Amino acid sequence: MKKLLLGNEAIARGVYEAGATVASAYPGTPSTEITENLATYDDIYSEWAPNEKVALEVAIGASIGGARTVCAMKHVGLNVAADPLFTVSYTGVNGGLVIFVADDPGMHSSQNEQDTRMIARGAKVPVLEPSDSSECKNFTKEAFQISEDFDTPVIVRLTTRVSHSQGLVDLGEKESYELKPYVKNIAKYVMMPGMAKKRHPLVEERMIKLSEFAETSPLNRVEWGDKKVGIITSGISYEYAKEAFGGVSYLKLGMVHPLPEKLIRDFAKEVETLYVIEELDPVIENECLKMGIRVIGKSRLPLEGEYSASLLREKLLGQKAEKSNNITAEAPARPPVLCAGCPHRGTFYVLKKLKLNVSGDIGCYTLGAQAPLESVDTTVCMGASVGVAHGMEKARGKEMARKTVAVIGDSTFIHSGITGLIDIVYNKGTSTVIILDNSITGMTGHQDNPTTGFTIKKEPTRQVDLVKLCQAVGIDRVRVCDPYNLEEFERIVKEETAVDEPSVIIAQRPCALLKNVKHYPPLSINRDKCTKCRMCMRLGCPAIVDRGNHIEINSTLCVGCDLCTKVCRFGAIEKAGGAE
Amino acid sequence: MTDTAIMIVGVGGQGTLLTSRILGYVAVNSGMDVKVSEVHGMSQRGGSVVTYVKMGDKVHSPIIEKNEADILLCFEQLEALRWIDYARKDASVIINTQKIDPMPVITGKAKYPENIIEKIKEDYPNVIAVLALEMARECGSIKAVNVVMIGVMARSIKVDKDIWIKAIENTVKPQFVDMNIKAFLAGYEQK
Repeated sequence: MKKLLLGNEAIARGVYEAGATVASAYPGTPSTEITENLATYDDIYSEWAPNEKVALEVAIGASIGGARTVCAMKHVGLNVAADPLFTVSYTGVNGGLVIFVADDPGMHSSQNEQDTRMIARGAKVPVLEPSDSSECKNFTKEAFQISEDFDTPVIVRLTTRVSHSQGLVDLGEKESYELKPYVKNIAKYVMMPGMAKKRHPLVEERMIKLSEFAETSPLNRVEWGDKKVGIITSGISYEYAKEAFGGVSYLKLGMVHPLPEKLIRDFAKEVETLYVIEELDPVIENECLKMGIRVIGKSRLPLEGEYSASLLREKLLGQKAEKSNNITAEAPARPPVLCAGCPHRGTFYVLKKLKLNVSGDIGCYTLGAQAPLESVDTTVCMGASVGVAHGMEKARGKEMARKTVAVIGDSTFIHSGITGLIDIVYNKGTSTVIILDNSITGMTGHQDNPTTGFTIKKEPTRQVDLVKLCQAVGIDRVRVCDPYNLEEFERIVKEETAVDEPSVIIAQRPCALLKNVKHYPPLSINRDKCTKCRMCMRLGCPAIVDRGNHIEINSTLCVGCDLCTKVCRFGAIEKAGGAE
Repeated sequence: MTDTAIMIVGVGGQGTLLTSRILGYVAVNSGMDVKVSEVHGMSQRGGSVVTYVKMGDKVHSPIIEKNEADILLCFEQLEALRWIDYARKDASVIINTQKIDPMPVITGKAKYPENIIEKIKEDYPNVIAVLALEMARECGSIKAVNVVMIGVMARSIKVDKDIWIKAIENTVKPQFVDMNIKAFLAGYEQK
């Protein structure tokens, strides 16, 4: 049976068909749907881990325990999981271990566009790269086989366009997979120097064997066509190349690390002009150059952003798409914004009003950097807000700490903010950390996390108590309040930034998009009372619109959250049907 | 190669994901190869969102490029203007008349362009304007704007009406099926 599946859904299907039984992951666009879909299979134990490092460690344990196991994350998540990755490369596996890593060329939803192949090369772990949903499923099954045959973890590298495109997939039967016996093996699994020294040569031998495998594996294939042009490519770039170049010759690489040297040499010999087409870093290209093969690649194609068929036509064939109409009107940009009713709006409004430096973090609330709130000063990586605020204090003294706060979401705090907070306490910092507790992992589309009280399968579970957690690491001043209570929130922020000791403010209010959050009838502006002072405009609410000669509220967007009535000094914002 | 290229453009929160699921269902039942592509994540927070649907003997690239779309389905006027270069000259350009102000317009830093539909009509002969918000409201929910638009578009695609209705029945939650079919028919029957 053929079914239309997202690349990420097809991955999950492949995991199921391969008989895998354990999955651990941390959400991150564009990888999130892999694990969300895994959670729909009853035969697979799946979980959201607090971060990618823990997720990979759980996966390693399950593999050593004999199960076929998977772990999923976005590209920057692999940095967090790099520590276990580089050493599980030495220990190898018991049950097959496959790690799905989704890169985000073009940075649709990321803070950088690093290339996972570079980390995989450093860790000496093989990498498969599917081009469409069908390959997502098939390569996943093949990855388990490679993992077990070569005693190695395997990375399946995805990109946004593969993860988030739906294509037809042939559904297969589930393989029956017996748990492999667990056998204690200190020489293989205890990586202290004496043992690791013996494992390292095995890793190097494994890479050579994998290179030999790559020469003949059907994952890599030659499609002969017109030999005037040859293209070496992989992943989504293959699809763009097929569309731009049609019937030329292709070496399509499904395994992008290690590379098949002989196959590449033989292909190169047969064609007149050889292109290497790969998004992001010149990994295949550099290998070709090392072999002394002349190729055209990054001299003409960008190192950044997504490719497309038209980009290839323009850069490689000199065919630029012409504008075919006479429409000259410019469309104003439509940047993403904090939703109407977003709990973070109150927080950022107050922080901007108090002119505080805001050390920001990863999540919806990064949008607090957008006009007109423009409240956030820095965003680096998951959890960084806390350490960055502490570093600012250590550079400029306590006066700086009184003018600075860190803001971090509940899920991000658990991911890696807690360690920064421990650092502040331990090293006598006085920073104020605001945890934006919206009761969910928001940006990635509402995943549960250790603070929500539910597992990935929506089973009730023990909930991390943020207040007690902060107290336990040594924060004496933990305050809880609603950021929509602007007066109280402002007072608390002032008090906590002023004191000469570290403090945590938990700004609690659920995400406005959660199903159990009640929406109220839209508000409206009474034009007789409105003085056009534009205080309400400072909230950056998408439902409040400046029409030049008047301000109005868009009734289809307004959720009646009432925040704007609290900043209006003239009582001009009213509930539908007039004043209360 | 690709026979039909449909581009759906709108604003995060307008239900483009459901639209692509319904279209995907219809495409699968057409027996052709199909790819549906969209980006999830940050852009969905009220940003400009685009979905590509391509059908044909064999579809390679999942994305549609300038001058390639056979149908440009626009859930919002400004997004129609933003993406119009992607439509072929003879494309069906179906535009919901609804306007959603982007942040630069909201804050008064930019003006919402005027007469967008008229300007597009000067260059593209097959433009259909749809009062989808009003029609959806009459059918019971403004959230059904997307299904009204699908109804209008269904007229331009040679697929039996019953397959569309089956697609809706198979993609929306049971309690919303009747309302959505009503919205689909309202769009389908618009002249």
